[in-house]
Amino acid sequence: MLQKIYDWIDERLDITPMWRDIADHEVPEHVNPAHHFSAFVYCFGGLTFFVTVIQILSGMFLTMYYVPDIIHAYESVYFLQNEVTHGVIVRGMHHWGASLVIVMMFLHTLRVFFTGSYKKPRELNWVVGVLIFFVMLGLGFTGYLLPWDMKAYFATVVGLEIAESAPVIGGFAKALLAGGEIIGAQTLTRFFAIHVFFLPGALLGLLGAHFYMIRKQGISGPL
Amino acid sequence: MSEKEHKVSRRQFLSYCLMGVGGFMAAAAVTPMARFALDPALEAGGESDYVSVASVDDLTEEPKRFDFKVTVEDAWYESEQSRTAWIYREGNEIIALSPVCTHLGCTVNWDANEDHPNQFYCPCHHGRFEKSGKNIANTPPTRPLDVYDMEVRDGTVYLGRTIQR
Ligand code: HEM
Ligand code: FES
Repeated sequence: MLQKIYDWIDERLDITPMWRDIADHEVPEHVNPAHHFSAFVYCFGGLTFFVTVIQILSGMFLTMYYVPDIIHAYESVYFLQNEVTHGVIVRGMHHWGASLVIVMMFLHTLRVFFTGSYKKPRELNWVVGVLIFFVMLGLGFTGYLLPWDMKAYFATVVGLEIAESAPVIGGFAKALLAGGEIIGAQTLTRFFAIHVFFLPGALLGLLGAHFYMIRKQGISGPL
Repeated sequence: MSEKEHKVSRRQFLSYCLMGVGGFMAAAAVTPMARFALDPALEAGGESDYVSVASVDDLTEEPKRFDFKVTVEDAWYESEQSRTAWIYREGNEIIALSPVCTHLGCTVNWDANEDHPNQFYCPCHHGRFEKSGKNIANTPPTRPLDVYDMEVRDGTVYLGRTIQR
């Protein structure tokens, strides 16, 4: 059945070469855990992406219930967690996934570092990786405020104080991030917009560049 | 079936395993999210609270308009909203009709159109209903006005949710 549908489309659009070009390539022996078990370290990049997909999916579903408003944000999170069926699971995926994605990204970075994969010609991909790292930190920082409970609020107070302590531009940076003098209504809407639109958009662009370069340059050679 | 006719190559076997495991993981991730999104549709409808609306002594054979307040629980919002009922008595029976037109939801009024006295009239598309709430043929509504779930205690009329007829 599936084969028939595939053939029907392929006959008309010739899609086989397209996905072959993207997906069909040899996995070298030194990155295949079936050959050397220690090669599992090469899985961390894929695992980071897997958790990112979970974050994006669970986040999209959370926005069906969440409201970025200082009066109702906390109650909407309480409602989606406790009143909506499977809310604990969906929020739990996003909550724990946010930490897991950082862990996976860190392990992936260690692998790249210790295999020397950042060296010529792959310097640019290291740069893109560092940008992805900052975007992830930004997602964690902005997302953390959204439940609008005590922990969220004071974590953001501290975070913005840190921004303020930067020389020269500190005051400006803080006011820009907080959306004014008060850490309140405008901070929450701003963080929400950054968390669900701006940073995921940037993240997808960077991931595209990351994967394009990997495909183009291939995986780095054995040690 | 003999072993010979049933050939599964090593590659096929591995790809089935991968698809199975992958499918299982995808399902495990997506099922809770799908149920989460479907929740409002699956949990719709609730029990009704009765609110005191009118005194039986105030009712006549002529439908009268009564406004009352209900507490509406809308996810994390709780609010007072006003509702209206057209209530009349017929012998010993008390009837409380909803003013929501069964065509497309505008609000009907009793005896509001000079050409059609003693009927409920809807201004939106000239829908009309008899006093009993029955829709009048050849006007847009296709079913009678809803009635309120009702309880009468100690000479007071209590109304609950509306019921389709
Ligand atoms: C890699 C990407 C992401 C990371 C690391 C991340 C991180 C976080 C964190 C740390 C929280 C606070 C959760 C808690 O304290 O329980 C949060 C909340 C939230 N995130 Fe994300 N997020 C990501 C992507 C997204 C995306 C793509 C969306 C939507 C399109 C989204 C929507 C939300 C919403 C609505 C909340 C508030 C609900 C809640 O607090 O549980 N997130 N996020
Ligand atoms: S809504 Fe009442 S007649 Fe159309």
